[in-house]
Amino acid sequence: MTLFFEQCLNGLQFGLLLFLLAAGLTLVFGIMDLVNLAHGSLYMVGAYFAATFAAWTGSFVFGAVLALCATLVVGMAVEVIVMRRLYGRDHLDHVLGTFGLILFFDEAVRLIWGPAGLSLPLPSWLAGSVQILPGFQYSSYRLAIIVVTLSVAAFLYVLVMRTRIGMLIRAGASNREMVGALGVNIKLLYTLVFGLGAALAGLAGLMQAPILTVQIGMGENILILAFVVTVIGGIGSIRGALVAALLVGILDTLGRAFFPDILRTMLSPTAASALAPALSSMLIYLLMAIVLVIKPEGLFSAGNK
Amino acid sequence: MSGAFTARNVATAALIAGLVLLPVYSQVFGDRFILTLFTRIVILALAAVSLNLILGFGGMMSFGHAAYLGIGGYAVGMLAHEGIYSGFIQWPVALLASALFALVIGALSLRTRGVYFIMITLAFAQMAYYLVSGLARYGGDDGLTIYKRSQFIEPLNLSNKVQFYYVCLAILFGAIYLIWRLTNSRFGMAVQGARSNEARMRAIGFPTYRYRLVCFVIAGTLGGLAGALLANHADFISPATMYWTRSGDLIIMVVLGGMATPFGPLIGAVALLVLEEVLSGITEYWQIILGPLLLLVVLFARGGIDGLLSLLGAKVATKVNPKVGS
Repeated sequence: MTLFFEQCLNGLQFGLLLFLLAAGLTLVFGIMDLVNLAHGSLYMVGAYFAATFAAWTGSFVFGAVLALCATLVVGMAVEVIVMRRLYGRDHLDHVLGTFGLILFFDEAVRLIWGPAGLSLPLPSWLAGSVQILPGFQYSSYRLAIIVVTLSVAAFLYVLVMRTRIGMLIRAGASNREMVGALGVNIKLLYTLVFGLGAALAGLAGLMQAPILTVQIGMGENILILAFVVTVIGGIGSIRGALVAALLVGILDTLGRAFFPDILRTMLSPTAASALAPALSSMLIYLLMAIVLVIKPEGLFSAGNK
Repeated sequence: MSGAFTARNVATAALIAGLVLLPVYSQVFGDRFILTLFTRIVILALAAVSLNLILGFGGMMSFGHAAYLGIGGYAVGMLAHEGIYSGFIQWPVALLASALFALVIGALSLRTRGVYFIMITLAFAQMAYYLVSGLARYGGDDGLTIYKRSQFIEPLNLSNKVQFYYVCLAILFGAIYLIWRLTNSRFGMAVQGARSNEARMRAIGFPTYRYRLVCFVIAGTLGGLAGALLANHADFISPATMYWTRSGDLIIMVVLGGMATPFGPLIGAVALLVLEEVLSGITEYWQIILGPLLLLVVLFARGGIDGLLSLLGAKVATKVNPKVGS
């Protein structure tokens, strides 16, 4: 029972992390109508920055804040140099152009940091575990991730739904020309939104860094999961991204933890252990297929887009 | 400079002649590497040609085409692992398995449009990737070595490099011919009509979903054939064959060469893989050049190489005889 509870929390933590990535992806798509495959590269860049800056400053928190700012700057630079030229083009152009960016980023990281991975050690105050229920210990770092991502989700909600910038973002999503005609600097707005998405990806990357190794290609695996999340949630919908990210995170974590056991009760032990790793990694794709059969536009489709 | 002798046709003919004569060069000059390289190029060109059927002609932006390479390859690899070497069993199984996979994911993915379609095909291909990565019996992540190439009746012997090259080349030309016939048939016209305006095609009575699905399955089956050839070529198959960046490579080949043209994907495959070979000879960090180069192609050369060639042809034609170019 403790194990189950712990795995649920792990799933929640993973899901919230996926949400950070998917929110940026869905925001950029919903507003700029841009498919950004290089989103995973920004996640990777955030992790590399965090590992480097933390080593320089000797402080995890300082390193994280610096990395966040640096990823924001990289994101805005990418928008100004490349993405701006891709708006209004065919989606295939987006896919190819940002695929080129992935090649560039992967190789640039290899050039700067070398082919070996980095590690980001946790500060002592986050390395332990805390007692959240009587007799139940949980990693304080994972708990910190849950708290941070939940606050970011709340911040995003307030930003998009309750501020003037958010209003412009929503207006820009539904009618770009109209907002521009009303005198809003739409170019600057787009740069800001892209930077925000980049910073969210960078935040996810730097938070994941102490749990996994920081390495080239780390963004590519998780990018696919972020795609699955956006497809399930409905492209362009932040609320959908949150719900879908939690679904995917929890299903994936619980599936990997308990599916082999469930399979063992149905099949012979050898067959079960041979098939379990393959089948449990398929669960989220099955979920996606089921959602698509029922609602081809995702759970919370943005509708007009 | 009119009729058959346009820059585009001349370049295509030269490429075909070069491909046909390549083994002669390789034998005469003892350059074995170039034959291996071009066998690989021809096989990946076959995959790109099959992708072009859905991407170029059908307007279906599949980002999961490498999955068929993997499925075709694993069909050969798994059967060889179980001791079945006959190509008469291996290849039909490879084709059937890819067709079946294409049918299932096509039926699901074609319910959606646009970005959803891109992401879903990508996700399903990754699912197949993780599936084979988890199969410990067939090597899991490490892949599967194939100790014997597919066996056919004498005198066909795929272990002979020259023979194998010509088999691949013949299949490639066969596929190009097949797709050319297909796209000029009623079926192909309907699929292309659905690309331009699906609502209209439906309104005049075409069941576009079924047409697209059949097109998707044909492309997947041809992709599986390329996979079977690739596994035979490398004597090895691993999940990396179907990693999503490989799907990206195939899209690049199609776009670089020229979408919705019969020979475009072949030109693109040759251009991309030779470019990779040249760049990796210059620097270890060759992708840092390739990435931005790709971006430039997307931004400034939408028609791909084929488009540039016909543009060149048109320019030359207008210079010689202003009436021809119009």
